[in-house]
Amino acid sequence: MQNEGETGLSRRDLLSLVGTVAGSAAMYHAMTSLGFASESTYNGPIKLEGDTKGASVLVLGAGLAGMTAALELRAAGYKVQVLEFNSRPGGRNWTLRGGDSFTELGGATQTCGFEDGLYLNPGPWRIPYHHRAVLDYCKRLGVALEPFIQLNHNALLHAANAFDGKPQRIRDIKTDFQGHVSELLAKVTQQSKLDEAVSVEDKEILLQALRSWGALDRNYAYKANLISADYRGYATPPGGGLGAAPVAGEPIKLSEILQSRLWRYLQGFALHQFQATMFQPIGGMDMIGKAFAREVGDLIQYDAKVTRIQQNDGGVTVSHVNSKTPATPQLAKADWCVCTIPLSILSQIQIDIGPRMKAAIDAVPYASSVKIGLQFKRRFWEEDDAIYGGITYTDMPIRQISYPSSGFNRSGRGVLLGAYVFEGANAYEFTSMAPADRVARAVELGARIHPQYRAEFENGIAVAWHRVPFTLGCAGSWTEKMRDEHYDNLCQIDGRIVLAGEHASYIPAWQEGAILSSLNAITRLHERVVRT
Amino acid sequence: MPPIQTTLAKSNSTRSGSRSAVAAVLGLALMSLATPLAHADEEVRSRPPALSPGFRFTETTGQELFASACQGCHMPDGKGAVGAGTYPSLAKDSNLEAGNYPVHVVVRGQRAMPPVGAMMSDAQVAAVVNYVRTHFGNEYRDAVSAEDVKLARPEK
Repeated sequence: MQNEGETGLSRRDLLSLVGTVAGSAAMYHAMTSLGFASESTYNGPIKLEGDTKGASVLVLGAGLAGMTAALELRAAGYKVQVLEFNSRPGGRNWTLRGGDSFTELGGATQTCGFEDGLYLNPGPWRIPYHHRAVLDYCKRLGVALEPFIQLNHNALLHAANAFDGKPQRIRDIKTDFQGHVSELLAKVTQQSKLDEAVSVEDKEILLQALRSWGALDRNYAYKANLISADYRGYATPPGGGLGAAPVAGEPIKLSEILQSRLWRYLQGFALHQFQATMFQPIGGMDMIGKAFAREVGDLIQYDAKVTRIQQNDGGVTVSHVNSKTPATPQLAKADWCVCTIPLSILSQIQIDIGPRMKAAIDAVPYASSVKIGLQFKRRFWEEDDAIYGGITYTDMPIRQISYPSSGFNRSGRGVLLGAYVFEGANAYEFTSMAPADRVARAVELGARIHPQYRAEFENGIAVAWHRVPFTLGCAGSWTEKMRDEHYDNLCQIDGRIVLAGEHASYIPAWQEGAILSSLNAITRLHERVVRT
Repeated sequence: MPPIQTTLAKSNSTRSGSRSAVAAVLGLALMSLATPLAHADEEVRSRPPALSPGFRFTETTGQELFASACQGCHMPDGKGAVGAGTYPSLAKDSNLEAGNYPVHVVVRGQRAMPPVGAMMSDAQVAAVVNYVRTHFGNEYRDAVSAEDVKLARPEK
């Protein structure tokens, strides 16, 4: 794992720039490595074989971790019951559409004003091709997928203090940066300054490679010509008939790219978790939660707020009240408990467990994140700017503008993800605003990149995860040090209770982490049941 | 700051100079119309906070820092909120009596509460702690100092 000294751009900076969750904890804690985004350890559908002895399991939480446990444990022969705080399945697997209303902590209610078919995924919104467990459940449950466009060369990179505030095309920054660096490297190679590091034979191949990789001319120079234009595009593109000859554009100077710091974003697209092909469920991320609920919905009791978790030699007893009209607690009992309640909430619930698991539950801070969806009268990003899907990155507080990966080339309305703020002061500042102010600021800032905002904006909805009643935060924000001290203790079976969820995984804040954690937890629980 | 950014910043400020001047005049005019001091707190809290230019908070006063960092969870009135879990109220809070306790919580976090003080200077943490300890029905007048904050920071 590379650290700051080796890369010049710290891992922390990179991850926070591109808004990836794994970097979150690092906003607070210096760290050199993170456990994340490894290849999924999913090994195909789980097989829970052996006698369940009529045992019962109480699952707390009907997010993806909880519903995975419910589905697989019932299939293995357990009696399963699920308690869920919300009135719907899915948890953070959630989509807001026109007519949906959402009341955040503090009491502000927003009603989504999007046109039919348009939506915002406030939580997870994209699925890497290597998240094999999520993909397999989508296949098994009949959830239709479509490509999610992460990298669009025609989307933009923007820094408020560079290029007079004018956004640059990703392809220009990428091609020009690569071209200039190749030219420099070719120069020192030709000057024999690399002779100690590169053999005579490799030297010629290296020069060929640099010429190809950097779009250099025969003299190994990076210039405005039709070679570089093949990659960065044209000042005047090739046409038909008279006057149709293409004209190359002038590359941006190396010094300008370096000083703009826009190069920082390029490597983000190469992160393993963002590589093509990424997917999204057609129609909204909550199609996954709804598909699970078609299978296990009959097991779920909604509007149930857990207030106490007890266990003894005979079983587990969970007290819960109606989350809308809390009154006399009701009791749910079972032989075993799979608890997927986020640690932000579980740390406040009295629970009969050993001190080590309790310390682990109390150790993990929850990240701050804000997403804002904006509806516009027309898809101006496509019509005017030829941007079809993908993400524009900026150093302004909105951080990203993501263009929809569906409905391409349609006339009529469209919804942009107008801000995705993850950690840093801005996430807290947006959270601290009233929802309408969050939307207004996202429009004001986004208009500096797309001036069309001013004429085309219609309505928006803003979800600040620290204001979300069912999570009190976005996701568990682990550091390496915390993991060393607490992770194993968090994941152990304590008596009759085992925890699951993204917080009990090395893929924090990704749905894959939630499902893998759940499969691992129920496998160990099942082994214990069969053995005893 | 690299040279090119300095240059751009300069040219920007030159161009927008007249606009800034107008804004400043308007700002002054608004201030002179502002409600009496008793309502000032409420006014600041109900106004959208500024957005810091980087990853750290740039607000300086306790009032501004509360409105930018704390009220996201503890709410503009400091009374917290209840969902599946609870954000504790900071109003009339006897836990704030010992000044070092809130300092410790802000710089180190507590349970799911992130260590927001990691994105603030020692002086900013002291300012926001002193603000909370003297507002929302709290009357703890023994101010904490930036030095107290420095001592409470976790080891790097």
